[in-house]
Amino acid sequence: MNGIAFTLRALHHGERHLAGQLTAVAERHRTEHEVHHVAQDLAVWSRAHVAHLAEAARAHGLDLAASPGAPAAGVLSSLRERTAEAVARRPEPGLLLLRDLRGLHLSAAENSLYWEMLAQAAQATRDEELLSVVSTCHPQTLRQMRWTNTLIKNLAPQVLTSL
Amino acid sequence: MDASVDRIAEPWGSRTPYDRHGTWPARVDTHLEAGVAPDQVERWVRAASILHSDGDAMDIAVVDGRMAGVRGRVDDRVNRGRLGPKDAFGWQANASRDRLTRPLVREGGSLVECDWDTAMERVTARSRELLTERGPGSIGFYTSGQLYLEEYYTLAVLARAGIGTSHLDGNTRLCTATAGEALKESFGCDGQPGSYDDIDHADVIALFGHNIAETQPVQWMRILDRLEGGDPPRLVCVDPRPTRVARRAAVHLAPRVGTNVALLNALLHEIIRAGRVDHDYVRTHTVGFEELASRVEQCTPEWAARICDVPAASIRAAAELLGAADRLLSTVLQGVYQSHQATAAAVQINNLHLVRGMLGRPGAGVLQMNGQPTAQNTRECGADGDLPGFRNWQNDDHVADLARVWNVDPATIPHHTPPTHAMQMFRYAEQGSIRMLWISGTNPAVSLPELSRIRSILRRKGLFVVVQDLFLTETARLADVVLPAATWGEKTGTATNADRTVHLSEKAVEPPGEARPDLDVFLDYAARMDFRDKDGGPLITWHDPESAFEAWKRCSSGRPCDYTGLTYDRLRGASGVQWPCNAQAPDGTPRLYADGITWAHPDLCESYGKDLVTGATDDVVEYRSLNPDGKAVIRAADYLPPHEAPDEDHPFQLTTGRTLYHFHTRTKTARAPQLNAAAPDVWVEAASSDAVALGLHEGDLVEVGTRRGAVRGRLRVTDIRPGLLFLPFHYGYWDTEGGHGPGGDTPGRAANETTVTDWDPASKQPLFKTAAAALRLVERGDGRVAPAPTTTASAPSRTGAAPATVGGPTALVTETDAPPRGRRTQEAP
Repeated sequence: MNGIAFTLRALHHGERHLAGQLTAVAERHRTEHEVHHVAQDLAVWSRAHVAHLAEAARAHGLDLAASPGAPAAGVLSSLRERTAEAVARRPEPGLLLLRDLRGLHLSAAENSLYWEMLAQAAQATRDEELLSVVSTCHPQTLRQMRWTNTLIKNLAPQVLTSL
Repeated sequence: MDASVDRIAEPWGSRTPYDRHGTWPARVDTHLEAGVAPDQVERWVRAASILHSDGDAMDIAVVDGRMAGVRGRVDDRVNRGRLGPKDAFGWQANASRDRLTRPLVREGGSLVECDWDTAMERVTARSRELLTERGPGSIGFYTSGQLYLEEYYTLAVLARAGIGTSHLDGNTRLCTATAGEALKESFGCDGQPGSYDDIDHADVIALFGHNIAETQPVQWMRILDRLEGGDPPRLVCVDPRPTRVARRAAVHLAPRVGTNVALLNALLHEIIRAGRVDHDYVRTHTVGFEELASRVEQCTPEWAARICDVPAASIRAAAELLGAADRLLSTVLQGVYQSHQATAAAVQINNLHLVRGMLGRPGAGVLQMNGQPTAQNTRECGADGDLPGFRNWQNDDHVADLARVWNVDPATIPHHTPPTHAMQMFRYAEQGSIRMLWISGTNPAVSLPELSRIRSILRRKGLFVVVQDLFLTETARLADVVLPAATWGEKTGTATNADRTVHLSEKAVEPPGEARPDLDVFLDYAARMDFRDKDGGPLITWHDPESAFEAWKRCSSGRPCDYTGLTYDRLRGASGVQWPCNAQAPDGTPRLYADGITWAHPDLCESYGKDLVTGATDDVVEYRSLNPDGKAVIRAADYLPPHEAPDEDHPFQLTTGRTLYHFHTRTKTARAPQLNAAAPDVWVEAASSDAVALGLHEGDLVEVGTRRGAVRGRLRVTDIRPGLLFLPFHYGYWDTEGGHGPGGDTPGRAANETTVTDWDPASKQPLFKTAAAALRLVERGDGRVAPAPTTTASAPSRTGAAPATVGGPTALVTETDAPPRGRRTQEAP
C-alpha cells in the first residue's frame, strides 16, 4: 500500500470515528441544546467526508465503506451507559461537556492534518480528483474545529469558576 | 374631514392614497375614553408607542391627573398622526386595578407586601453574598424590549462594570437578535440600513416572513395607501399563512417552514443567472460574491421547489420581480428570525440587496425589523449581549475606549467571552452556576420555549429570582422578590424604533402606589451596592432620565449610533430624529450606507463574523484577510434540513406567532378591553384539507401536542398551507386558576408549552417555528367558533364560518384629515 492509500485509509477511519463521536456527544448532551443540535449537523459533514473518501480511495485500489453505517447499537448503548455513570459520578456535567468537546476538537484536528497531508500529496502527484475532494471537505473539518474551540472558550469560564 | 371608524373591525382605518415619490398624507387618529370631549383634555403629553417596533408618535390625553386617551402626532415622520389598534386602546392597561403598587418578598412560600427598603435590602444582600462567595458569574440580568434607553444603559453599566458579569441579555433575543446578527455579518455592524420612508419610493416591496399588517399595522396603512395611489408597488410575500400581505401580493410564496435558505438561494440563483447583478456595486462595495455565485449555482427553482414545496414557476416569478425592481425594499421578521437557519436566511436577504446594489437610496433598502419596541435600544446600549455603542468585545481598543468612558480598568469589563445570551443564562441557572436572576419588564414563564422547563428553572431551589414589572405576571408569581415598576406615560425616557428614529416619551401621570420607574430602581441598586470607578468616585454619576441620556451620548460619541446631536429639548421640537445625529448630520440620517459601507473595517467593526452553521466566532486575522478594506461581506450559506421533522406520531409542522390584537405575553393588551375582546383566548389554525381529512370542523376543541407539551384550543379552519398548524403565542395563565402554568380549569394554553429548545447558532435566537406536532379532537364544537379574529390572517377559509370581529361603540377612533405641516419636503428619488 502506498503512502496516499495509507493516509486515505487513516483519514477514512478518522472521519468515521468523528461522525460517531459527534453523534454520541449529541446524544449524551441532549440538555446542552446547542451542542445537541449542531453536533448532529456536523456529523452529517463527516459522514459525507467518509463517502467522498471511499470514492477517492477506489482510484488508489482501496475498497473502503462508503458510509459510516449506523453506529453499532452496542457501541452507542455502552456509550450511553458510560455517560450515565459519568454524570452520576460527577457533580458538574459541565466538566464532562468540556472533556467531550476537547475530544471532538482533537479528533477534528487529527483529521485536518491528514487532509493537509493529502492535499500536499495530491498537488505533488497532480491528482486533480483527490485535490478536489480535499478542497470540498477540509474547510468543513476546519469549521468543526473552530466550533469546538469557540464552545470551549465560551463555556470554560463559567464551568471552571463555578465548581 | 372627521370620521369615526371601529378600529377593531377595521384595524387599518380609512385610506389616504398617495402616489409613488409623494409624501404620505397626514391624518390624526384620536381615541378618548367615553364621556371625555377633546376640549376637556387638560394636557397632551408627548410619547411614542411601546406596543410594537413602529414607534408611533402619539400624545397622551391627561384629564384630572389620569390618562384619558391618545392621539397620533401629526408631524412625526413615522406615523403622520396614525395609530394602530394597540396604540389606540393599549394605554388603558396602565390604570388596571391589579397593578402592582408595593414590593413583595417571599415569606414562608408566599409573596407578601413590604416596603422598598426591605425588598432592595434582600436584593443587595443576596448580590453581595454571591459576589463574595461565588463571583460575578453567579449573577445574571434578563431585561426587556420595553424599557427606555436610559434604563438599558444604566443596567449595562451596573452589570458590566459594577457587578462585572457577562450575563446580561434582553428578551429582544427572542425577536430581534437575528436582525442585529445579520446586519453585523453583512455590514460589520448593527444598525438598520433603511428607513420607513423607503415605502414611499419602492416599486417592489418584498416581505420575508413579515406579517407587517399585524405586527407593524401603521406601516401597513402606509403600504395600503400606496397600493391605492398612482404607480403602486408590487408586493412579494413569503409566508405560510394567508396574511393580509399575502392577499395583496403579486407573488405569494408559502414555503414549508424551516426552508427559507433553500428558497432564498434559489432566488439568488435566478437573479445571478438572469444577469441582474449590479457588478459595479459588487466590485466597489462587497467581498465574497464569487463564493455566493458558486454556492447557489446548483440551487435551481426546481431544486428549491422540492424542498420548500412551492411551485418553481412562483419562485421564478418572484425572482423576476426582485431582479427587475428599480427600487427594491425588503423587510424581514419572525418568519425568518424564529425559524431554522435564521441568520443564514436573513443574511441572504442582505445579499439580495448587495448583489443588486439596492441600498442607501430612497426606496432601495432593507429593513431587518424588530418585534420588541425598544429592541434597538437594548442592542445599542449593550443590554442584549453586545457591548455599548456597538463596540466589539474581541477588539481590545474598543474595550479600552469603553473603559475610558466609564473610568474603569479595562479588565473590569468582562470581554474574554461574548456576552452570555438568554438561553445560555437559563441553562446556567438550570445547572446552578447562576444563582441570582434579575428579570426586568419581561415574562419568560410565557415567552421562552418549552415552558415546563422554564418554570422548573424559575422554581429551582438555590436560584434567587427578582422580577420587576407592572403586574403579578406568570414569572413574578415564581419570584423571590417582586418590584413594582412604573411604565410608559408614568416616567420619562427615550425610545428608538426599528428604523433608528429616536422619540422622547414624557411622564404624563403618576405611577400607582409605590411603583417606581425602572431607572430609579437601577440607580437605587447601584447606590446601595456602592459601585465605584477606578478613582473611587461613583461608577454611575447620573440621577435622572436626562442626565442618563447625556451620559449615554458620551458613550455613543464617534460610534455608529451617535446621539451627540440630540438633547431632550431638541426631541421636544421636531418629532422623530434618526441616528446617527451629530455635528456631521445635525438633522439625523435617513439611510445608512448612502456613500458605501461605513463600519465594516477591521478596526471599526462590531463583529468579525460567525460561521452561519456552527456559530463559531471568526477572529480578527481571518476577518482582516477576508475583508481588509471594510466592504460589505457577502456570506453564502448552504441549506440544512430542520432539526425536527414530522413523523408518524407528529405528522404536522407547527408554527407560532403574534397576531394583530396582542403584544408580549398579553400583560398589557389583555387588560385593554377592546383588544382582549377581539382575541380573548388561544386558538388553533389548520388548513381546510387537513380538517376534512381528520373530520374536524370550525370550533372543535382540539389538542396540539409535541414532544414537549400540549395546548388546547378551538379550531379555526383557514387557508394556511396544508400540513401546517398555527398557534398564536403568548396566551398565558395570569388570568386563570393556574396562575403561572396549566392547572385547575386550564390545560396548556401558552403556545410555548410545545415549542422546542433550539436556537440559531449564530444569533442565538430561539426557534419558535419548526416543531413537529400531532392534532387530535378533544370535544366537538357543536356550533361554537374559535376565539380568533376574522380581520386578520386567521380569517376563516369559508366566508361566514364565524361572526365578523367588531369592536362596537367603545372601539371608535376619530380620523381627522390634516394638511401636512410642511416640515418635510418631498424627497427627490
